[in-house]
Formats: sequence, C-alpha cells, structure tokens
Amino acid sequence: MFVKENPKFVENKRLKLSNSQLKWETIFRRILIAMSVLLVLIILGVLATLILESLPSIKSLGIGFLWGKVWDPVSNVYGAYPFLVGTLLTSFIALIISVPFSYAIAIYLGEYNPKGWLSDLLKNAIELIAAVPSIIYGFWGLFVLVPIVRTFEMKIGVAPYGIGVFSSSLILAVMIIPYAASLGITLIRMVPSPLKEGAYALGATRFEVIRSVIMPYTRSGLFAGVLLSLGRALGETMAVTMLIGNTSAVANTIKDAIFGPGNTMASVIANEFTEADHTQYLSALIELGLVLFFVTVIINLIGKRIITRFTNE
Amino acid sequence: MEARIGIRNTKSVIFKGIIVFFAFLITLPLIIILLYIIKQGAGQVNWHFLTNVPAPVGEAGGGISNALLGSFIMVLIASVIAIPVGMMAGIYLSENPKTKLAYYSGLCVDILQGVPSIVVGIVVYFWIVKPLGTFSALSGSVALSIMMLPIVIRSTEQTLRLLPASLKEAALSLGVPYHRVILKVIVPCGFAGILSGIMLSIARIIGETAPLLFTAFGNPYLSTSVTKPMESLPHLIFTYATSPYDDWHNLAWGASFILLMFVLVLNIITKLLTRKWKVQL
Amino acid sequence: MESTIVKAENYNSYFGDNHVVKDVNISINKNEVIAVMGPSGCGKTTFLRGINRMHELIPNATSKGKILLDGENVYDMNAIYVRSKIGMVFQRPNPFPNLSIYENVVAGYLLNGLKISKADKDVIVEKSLTSAALWKEVKDSLHKKGTFLSGGQQQRLCIARAIAMQPELILFDEPTSALDPISTSSVEALFHELKTNYTLIIVTHNMQQAARVSDRTAFFYMGELVEFDDTKKMFTNPADQRTQNYITGRFS
Repeated sequence: MFVKENPKFVENKRLKLSNSQLKWETIFRRILIAMSVLLVLIILGVLATLILESLPSIKSLGIGFLWGKVWDPVSNVYGAYPFLVGTLLTSFIALIISVPFSYAIAIYLGEYNPKGWLSDLLKNAIELIAAVPSIIYGFWGLFVLVPIVRTFEMKIGVAPYGIGVFSSSLILAVMIIPYAASLGITLIRMVPSPLKEGAYALGATRFEVIRSVIMPYTRSGLFAGVLLSLGRALGETMAVTMLIGNTSAVANTIKDAIFGPGNTMASVIANEFTEADHTQYLSALIELGLVLFFVTVIINLIGKRIITRFTNE
Repeated sequence: MEARIGIRNTKSVIFKGIIVFFAFLITLPLIIILLYIIKQGAGQVNWHFLTNVPAPVGEAGGGISNALLGSFIMVLIASVIAIPVGMMAGIYLSENPKTKLAYYSGLCVDILQGVPSIVVGIVVYFWIVKPLGTFSALSGSVALSIMMLPIVIRSTEQTLRLLPASLKEAALSLGVPYHRVILKVIVPCGFAGILSGIMLSIARIIGETAPLLFTAFGNPYLSTSVTKPMESLPHLIFTYATSPYDDWHNLAWGASFILLMFVLVLNIITKLLTRKWKVQL
Repeated sequence: MESTIVKAENYNSYFGDNHVVKDVNISINKNEVIAVMGPSGCGKTTFLRGINRMHELIPNATSKGKILLDGENVYDMNAIYVRSKIGMVFQRPNPFPNLSIYENVVAGYLLNGLKISKADKDVIVEKSLTSAALWKEVKDSLHKKGTFLSGGQQQRLCIARAIAMQPELILFDEPTSALDPISTSSVEALFHELKTNYTLIIVTHNMQQAARVSDRTAFFYMGELVEFDDTKKMFTNPADQRTQNYITGRFS
C-alpha cells in the first residue's frame, strides 16, 4: 500500500524472515535456560570440589575433627576446635557490639527521620561503610586500631598484644553494621500507619509506640537482619586475617581467648593454604572450608527465608 | 496522672536522644578511617607512583603500576564473563518466575551470595590453577566473575520485573520475535537499573582480596599474560601492608587511597544513575 | 466467500483446564467494523487474542479449532508472521518509551531489523500518522520521545504503529477504556475512517460504543458466542434472551 515494491515480494521477504526468526527464538530461549542451569552447576561444583578435596581428611580424622583441640601440621595433627572458637568468638562479639548500632540506625532512619537531607546523608554513610573494601579496614585496623587496643589492654592489665580476637571483633563490628541496618530501615518503614496511629490515638508516647508496636511487628525481620550480619561476619577473611594474630592454639582462659591472638576458619585457610605441602594438610584446610561453607550458607538462607516470608504476608 | 505523663514523655525524649546518639556515632569510625587513608595515601600518588612497579626492598620509590594494570585486566575479563551470563540468567528469572528451574536457580543465586570469598578462591584453585599448573590472571578473573554473578543477576531480574507487561505485548503483537523483544525493547528500557547493578558488582570485586590469594597470586612485575600470575590492587595492599618495610607500607597506603577513590566514584555514579532514572535496586 | 477475511471454525480456548472460549464459529467480511461485547470474563478478549496468536504466549494457554485468515489457518502458519500481518491496539496506550515518535511508528520494521530506505520510512511515517489523525499534531516533533503526548494521542500513535505494518485486519482490545471522553471520541471517529482500508474488530466493554461504531456486533457470554448480527438489529430486536438481558443492563 505504501512502499513501491511489489506487495507479494514484500510478503515473501517477511515470511522468510519470520521463518529464520523462529529458529533464533528457540536458540535464545535455550541460552536463557542454559545460563540458569549454569548457576545450579556452579553451586553443585563448589560443593563437589569442597567435599572431594576434603575427603582424605574426613576419612582419616572423622567427626572428631570438629572438636580436636590441636592443630599441628608438622606432626600431622589437625583439629578444628581452635578455629571454631575463633570464628564464633569474633562473630558473636562483633554482633553484640554492632546490633545496638544497627537497630539505632534502623529506628532513626525508619521511624524518626525517614526523609530529608540529613536522613539521606546518614543513609549514604551507612552504604559507604558497606562499600569500603575489607582489606582497607584491615590495613587501617593494623596500623591505627591495634596500637589503641594495645594501650587499652595495658590499662586493664591484660597481655598487650594489640592484635587478637578483640581487635578483629571491633573492626568486624563496624563492617557488619550496614547489613542489619539496611534491612531494619526497610522493615520499620513497612509498619502500617494505622497500627501506629491507633497507639498514638490512645495517648502513647513515641517511645511507647516504638517499643510496643513497631518492635514486635518487625521482630522476626530484624532477627533476619541480624542473621545476615552474622553471615557476613562468619565469612569475612582479610580484615580478620590481618588483625587476629594467626595463632592456632586454644587459649587457656576466657580473658586470653578474647584479648589474645587466635585464628578463624577463614583466616587459617588464607594464611596456610599456600604452605600446605602435603595432602593431609591441604585436605584438612579444605575441610575447614567445607564447614565454613555450610555454616555461612545455612545462616544466610535462613535469614533470606524469614525475609521473604515477612514481606509476603 | 499528669506526673505520670510527664515521666513517660521524658522517657520518650531520652530514648530518642540515645537513638540519635548511637545512629550518628557510627559515622565517626567511617570518617576517621576515610580521612586516615586520604592523609596517608594521597601524598603517595604521583605520576611516578602510577607508572612504575614496586621497587625492591631497601630502594625508595617505586609504584603500583603492576597492580593497577592487573586489577584492570582481571576486572575486565571477569566482567566479560559475568555480565552476559548474569544478564541472561536474570532475564530468565524475570521472564519465567514460576518454573522449577527458576526456583532452584534463584536458590543457587541466594546461596552464591552468601558463599565466603575465600571459599570461591579455594574452589577456583582446584578448577583452574591446579590443572594449568600455575597461578594465573585467568583463574583470578574467573573467581571474581563468580562473585559478580549474584549482584548482576538480582539487579537484572528486579529491574526487568518492574517493567510493565504491556511493553512486551506491544512488541510481540507487531510480529517481533521473542529474542528481539527482550534484547531490543525490554533490556534497553531497563538499561539504567541493569547498568547500576553492573557498576555495583564491579565496585564490589575491585576490592576483593581473598579470592585472589591462591588464584592470581601476585606478581612484582608488569604483566599482561592471562596465564601467568598477576598483581592486583587489594592483593598488593595485603602483601605490602603486612610486610615489615616502611617503603612498602607507603606503597600500600597509596594503593589504598586509589582503591578507595575507585570504589567511591563507582558508588557515586551508581547513585546518580538510579536517582536520574528513578530505579529501585 | 470472497470477501471473508477472518473465519473462526469450532474455535476453543483454554487456560490450563479452564475452558474459556467455547466452540466459536464466526465469519467476518472485509472492511467491516465488528464490535465484540459481553460482560467481564466472557472470553471476548481471549477470543480476540486467539486471532493473532497472542493467546498462546501465556503459560498454559492452549486452543483448538481453526481461525482462517484469507482462507489460511493461522495455527498452521508461522506465528511471528501471523502477528506481523495483523495489527493490535491495546487497552493501555503502550508506545515504546525508549524510541522517538518517528521510530515508534516504524517500530515493527526497526525491531525486526528489516531494512527500508529512509525515503520509504518517511512515507510510511507520514501516511500512518495521517491515517491515525495524528500527523498534524506531531509532525514537528517526530524525533522527540512521545512522553509529552496525551493519552488519546498516545493511543493514536499506537494505531499508527499498527497501520504502518500494512495489515488487512486490525484488532482493538478495549482501546478507549483508559482514555478520557474527548480522546475516546477522537479514536471512535478514527474507526469510521479506517474502515475504508482495513477491517476492524473491536472488543469493547461499552455497549454504547459498540452501537455507535460497528456494522455488526458479536455478543459473548460465558465463553460462548451467543449472537452475531447487524448492530442495529442487535440493539433494537435481539434474537436471544441473554443478549436482551445484557443490553437492558440486567448484568454487566
């Protein structure tokens, strides 16, 4: 009707084009599927490699590996207990320190001051904390935080290592604040206004509304946020490696455990992987990696499940 | 009655004070750290610093050119791998949300997001370094690309899901085949969101050290070979910061400053992008 | 018949096990304006989408029976080809936001990578926009994106886009239900002009619109084609009780 070419000719060109396009449609759909399958293959591959390479260690050491207290590659004795302790100590101390801050930020930006320039500024600051690479935290921690902690340890009468579980926990605490905080902000903003207005109408103060309405409503979601922070803490390697002192012995007292040097699963792998010169040694390290993998993945998945359940209600 | 209300009001005010205090207190360590890095590192940066490799121990001077080039090359290769794969997977997830594959694939994305970076490094060591018999930039890039995937996938998926279905319908009804509808209509319309996701993932991986510890390893020389070890900014910082030499510490501070600036700039650009196109990530 | 353009023979549509369109037989002639009306959920839109094979794009959507376009069963033809031969205008105007007005009109060619000369493209754009009664309003802003257009103008842009593909048949899925009254009447005026060159099938929720614009009207109820007749007769003296109930407002 419009173009000068013979309409039948145009029709045939169009039909030929459509026929080749059908082929490409199928190819494209298959590629999309293949990429999604690739993802599953990657995870399966990670799991398979970890299990395969830690098999020698699993076979010879068995389940006792988990509570073996001695890690001595020279004598070929491997026990994961020191690293489980180190990991749990650093992560939980970091959590205890960071959670009040995360909650404060979440309540402030979610309830008291959700909009405006000050609110944006603080929100950007929180995101910046998460964006700074962990190696930089580690580097700064090594040169600035450690001397401070050393002075502090001298004051309270503990062996003044400076490095150790305590410093690592401190830097870790700063690093994981954004994870619980961002989630908390979103959740607190999601609390329905009618709920809050009902309480205000009854004469409640702001604090009472937060305590009796907002907190209970977001409790499970905030817990999920804590789990996400925990997951992050468990997997953190570099900052911890630089500050923890890399000692694989179990401390004698709680004071030593906290203020003395130690190791986490991640840090011992980072330090000793390239030195592992025989199969047993390497395999034991990989087994630690396997344990680390399971623990972090499970904690993260639980956290995510809670969030999806919460946001779908 | 009035006294009670007074007490309750006071409690509320005190509580707000505590909250505000804690909330803003956290900016203190951030500011301290940033200022310290800038102070120690900015002074190190000059043309010589950027174009020379590190000097041997005892010699002053030297630079981080090997790490700069190395980071650039590895991030580039990682992006070339992760961007197409991530976008395709993200497209699949947004287009077919109810299939079994979408469920398991989405689960794997969630799992991957939580895997510690050192574990990724271990696995890639066995996949590539051992068979090749050498540390290599290639293995480092692969490790980094695995870490990029979850971010690219999720941001692609979420951006595309927000697009109205009528867009697809209009194109399909014109006789446009499915792959062209996705590639020429849907993806361009979601471009800002997808690009933001890509930039965020790059900002994340240029600072990653752990996956490179036993893959790319490190190299004191300038290298462009993909099958040989390669230095990177974060790895250089790690090696030199933990060394006992002051000269090397200085190099590490300069490198930290550069790394920090890269990360900051990428994050700012992403923020501007999302604000301009009002995207939600 | 020579002047039959679309013919449905025992056509059925399903969403999974849900039988949504039941055994439709209908014959539509060239240059007719057909209105398809019925209460919500009666299957009229599903039927419409079966004609240009948009229905099957929904997961679990299937169909049985034949739909003949110029004598050929569309379900035996290449689906992409069928869709390029039939134009469709949707309920909500949906011009492509990343393309200019000019590019939107020739989108059917651009997105398919079909090479046409600039001169030909210019002709297509002008003719299509003129047929859609939009040319005068946008001829000076062809290379801008269409975000400044009103709802009615955007819908006419979508009509121009459909016309540019040179279809014989254009399907409209409740094309004015998202528009204000003034835009609605401008689009309705368009139907009258378009019928010289095209056949139009218009699904509408609005009985008065059906009465105003169409030559013949089809009434769907609960998936069945209850009645199909001259519009005037349909609205003054319907043959079926259900049709009578619908037009007198017993249910909508």
